[in-house]
Amino acid sequence: MTNPEIYRSLMPFYAVMVSLIAAPLILMSSRQANLREFWTLAASLVKFAVVFLLLPGALAGRIAEFIFWEISPGIALSLKADTLGVFFALIASGLWILTSFYSIGYVRGLNEHKQTRYFASFAVCLSATMGIAFAANLLTFVFFYEILTIATYPLVIHKETKVAIAAGRKYLIYTLTAGVLLIAATAWTYRITGALDFRAGGLFGNTSLSPSIMMVLFLLFLGGVGVKAAVMPLHSWLPAAMAAPTPVSALLHAVAVVKSGVFGVVRVVGFVFGPELMRQFGLNTLLAIFAGATIILASLLAFRQDNLKHRLAYSTVGHLSYIVLGAALLSPASLIGGLLHIANHATMKITLFFCAGALYVKHHKEKISELDGIGRAMPWTMGAFTVGAIGLAGVPPINGFVSKWQLGLGALQAGEILPLAILVLSGLLNAGYFAPIVYRAFLKKPAVPYERGEAPPAMVIPIVVTALLSLLLGLNPDLFFHFYRLAVMVSGSILGGGP
Amino acid sequence: MTDFILGHYAYWAIIFLLVLGLYGMVFKKNLAKKLIGMTIFQVAIIMFYVASAVKWAATVPVLDPAIGAVDAAKYISPLQHCLMLTAIVVGVATSGVAFSLVISIYRRYKTLDESILLERMKSS
Amino acid sequence: MQNSPALVPLLLLAAAISIPVLAIKKTGVAYLAALAASLGSVVISAYNALRVWESGPLTYHFGGWNPPIGIEYVLDPLSVFVALVVNVVAFIVLCHAGGLKEREIPGKSVPYYALVLLLLCGANGMILTGDLFNLYVFLEIFSLACYGLIGIGEKQAPIASFRYLIMGTVGASFYLLGLGFIYIVTGSLNMADVRNILPHVYGNPAVTTGLALIVIGMGIKMAIFPLHGWLPDAYTYAPSTSSALIAPIGTKVAAYVILRVLFFVFDVKFVSQTLPVTDLIGWLAAIGILFGSVMAMAQNEMKRMLAYSSIAQIGYIGLGIGLANPLGFIGAVLHILNHAFMKGALFLVAANLRKNAGHSDISKLDASYRKKLPWSMAAFTLAALSMIGLPPTAGFFSKWYLALGAIDKGNWVFLGVILLSSLLNAVYFFRILEKVYLGTPSAQGAEGAPSPKSNRGEGFVAGEEEYALMIPAVVLSFSLLLLGLLNANIVKGVIQRIIPLGM
Repeated sequence: MTNPEIYRSLMPFYAVMVSLIAAPLILMSSRQANLREFWTLAASLVKFAVVFLLLPGALAGRIAEFIFWEISPGIALSLKADTLGVFFALIASGLWILTSFYSIGYVRGLNEHKQTRYFASFAVCLSATMGIAFAANLLTFVFFYEILTIATYPLVIHKETKVAIAAGRKYLIYTLTAGVLLIAATAWTYRITGALDFRAGGLFGNTSLSPSIMMVLFLLFLGGVGVKAAVMPLHSWLPAAMAAPTPVSALLHAVAVVKSGVFGVVRVVGFVFGPELMRQFGLNTLLAIFAGATIILASLLAFRQDNLKHRLAYSTVGHLSYIVLGAALLSPASLIGGLLHIANHATMKITLFFCAGALYVKHHKEKISELDGIGRAMPWTMGAFTVGAIGLAGVPPINGFVSKWQLGLGALQAGEILPLAILVLSGLLNAGYFAPIVYRAFLKKPAVPYERGEAPPAMVIPIVVTALLSLLLGLNPDLFFHFYRLAVMVSGSILGGGP
Repeated sequence: MTDFILGHYAYWAIIFLLVLGLYGMVFKKNLAKKLIGMTIFQVAIIMFYVASAVKWAATVPVLDPAIGAVDAAKYISPLQHCLMLTAIVVGVATSGVAFSLVISIYRRYKTLDESILLERMKSS
Repeated sequence: MQNSPALVPLLLLAAAISIPVLAIKKTGVAYLAALAASLGSVVISAYNALRVWESGPLTYHFGGWNPPIGIEYVLDPLSVFVALVVNVVAFIVLCHAGGLKEREIPGKSVPYYALVLLLLCGANGMILTGDLFNLYVFLEIFSLACYGLIGIGEKQAPIASFRYLIMGTVGASFYLLGLGFIYIVTGSLNMADVRNILPHVYGNPAVTTGLALIVIGMGIKMAIFPLHGWLPDAYTYAPSTSSALIAPIGTKVAAYVILRVLFFVFDVKFVSQTLPVTDLIGWLAAIGILFGSVMAMAQNEMKRMLAYSSIAQIGYIGLGIGLANPLGFIGAVLHILNHAFMKGALFLVAANLRKNAGHSDISKLDASYRKKLPWSMAAFTLAALSMIGLPPTAGFFSKWYLALGAIDKGNWVFLGVILLSSLLNAVYFFRILEKVYLGTPSAQGAEGAPSPKSNRGEGFVAGEEEYALMIPAVVLSFSLLLLGLLNANIVKGVIQRIIPLGM
């Protein structure tokens, strides 16, 4: 692949700033709910438009770069919209639009308190996510990664119940520790290499290092990004954080925050260490072991959850590790599969969380055992749920199949059978823990018949849209956003030479 | 060895004073006695400086026609003494502030004994 | 303006002496005069900084006597930088003091402001002087003013002040004693001169003793673990303005002196290899960081908590000194700046709490303070995030440089301590933030169940905060963002120009 052309542009900067500017506007219009929601929606639309405008450039191999200024001698705070960044930013900003509509329906439907704080934090979170996506070097990445940690905290404790506060503490303990490890890893890398710019194929270059240092450094990085990526045993904040309102779980704990974690894993694997070092020191095997174990264990744990959101959370933990596994296998198809799964899992899981929220708003149901017969009362919601569930189990034609197929192909390319077995087993387990929900919802008779009716349209429409998106992306993964092409380009740039 | 010990007798005395001062500050319960310890400590340092300027068979640093300006060894260095004038002033000021604090403590708690003071602090 | 280097301490001294006279009839004059003098010192030190920045280090010879005989002032990038930081923070704190004087120091405002100026005079003198004995004199001026400022406070203040006085005098005396040893060996008191002479006499045990005594003496003033005993009580019982003034300035000036003596009078190689003083300081500082943070968690009174957190933060500076490499030095100097702003902001918020609520007891804090003091609480939050070391605040960057320095030196324990301490900081600051930002305000909650439009009245509605109290705190803490984002300029423009030789 030819070297991408880099040009100066304000676009990445706008992408970050749009919602950061929206946050104070939201705070200031706290008394006018409609104006406040207008800011949220406007910011999300503008943000998506900005990111979308970066897409053609990224596809053509033109990379937009924006440099703020030096924040440490020799290291600039800078943003770079490379293919991987645009890929992630597209997903996050696109789903933010849907989540904004959904949030408005959700918080109004429940008369939530402190809605201003809620929307403002959401906006800051999205800014930080864009920053993470476009970060051109490790320090910038750390910068936004920490901002994301703090901005998410008010959302986790939003309900302010004892459970929520405990969850918030747990969340902070995990993520702040992770941040600290990441800072250590970054500082160390800087002392070793003298540079922190992400570079496809690794930034260590020809530096010769002892295996033990490499191992420790990698573990530090893994600790740093692994917490947000919920790799076991660092996952337990995620189910706890389900105490947050459902839209938060949907966007942040299925898309923005956790995906920042896996995005970080991809960055670390592909752009900091690079495939050669990973293989040389056996780091990819280590990562694959963690990922494989997480996939199986999380799926098993998901069985035991009666709370719908908790089951979804464990399912998320498992699916995040698909992506990590894809990165760890380091074969062209596995990387493509892993990256596609960032997008695909996002659309599917957000559908499921949206459904859980709709159930909660309409009937205040949180437990799976209470869902008997609810499918007939809310056919659209539960229909979408079914689509998402089938997709996560990896059944065509939903998009989950595409990424899983690529992952399996990647495992074969890498010459590994075990990952393939794990993928198949996990597909079965997924089907196993989602089937009872669908079965109960549609086939069992409710104890008390439900009144037929859906949640407010502001909620149902996003649900249907995400479900539809899952289906369409399953039929044509390159639709609209060219996720497939982007993934191929990223994988090519990491592994060199192209697939 | 004996020469070393005897030859530095002034310094041994100063070290004794330093230790005495520290002892007073640490172990005496009465705040006023602590202050006395502090003053002893300061005085010991002043004596240390002065002792360091001692020169036998030399005179005050005022030009003496009998000695002349060339033979500097015949004059005592005045600098240490000057420095200590300043240090004495500083010491006096410190004692002044310290005593005013002691007085205000006494007015508030009617005692200068540290152990009683601690009890009254807790009860108030 | 050729005399501008000497002008800051002299101006402050003159103002301090004349305030009691000026304010005989009208006590209100005292505050205005102090404010004016402080502003003057800011302007002059900014001018000095500009001169140094443009044309390199300046020296000023008092009375025209040439060094090493005469007293010399040395204005290099480091000293003008620290002086500017001290004066700016002091000015902001003084602006804030106007709103507090009736509550904190009834009827004593005239001597109080005279003491404040004396304190600043001492601090500026210590920073700018190039003469070791002159430093001692300014140190005592500074300390005596400190004792007075603390002793004015509430009931137990005189006792705290007395303890500080004993400890402080011992510290200053140790410094004087150590200086005596150095003087006996070198025969000079001028820093530059002593630096030139010392290499010839490094083998002499008197040099070793002298250095040790100086470091212990200044260590007491700096409150480095385990010489910190005086600090918690002194900060807690002092009037709020005094704590807000002494916490950011007091210990920093002593830290500056240690930096100066170790790296600019002695030689980096001597203090880090021949006689590993810096290692000792570094390890004590590391223990101090953990000790201070753990103790801070256990406190229930906000000012006391902040005092223990100061001990921990001083440890950062000590750690930077202990690393004795350029990055550690950058971290230490940057943290002098950052911590002055952070602690200043935090103590000002504590003062606002005392003024508005009558206490600063953490256990009594609840969500109603968010309504009453929205801006103060925002300032507190930002400063707290900076203490924890989260980007983009300034605190992150001192940690960043210190971490780089620790890695450079291969000292993994220090690295671990730096990182662990940010987690400990998070524990004790989030404890407060949780109380303030979670839950509905008790007053509001009584008005009835939330209605569909209950989000009205939320968010940033300014409460009844006094501007004079709110603005200084907000200015200090929001400059942390600026200091963080622009830290590379400070590092490159100031600190890297003065990395000690031999690092």
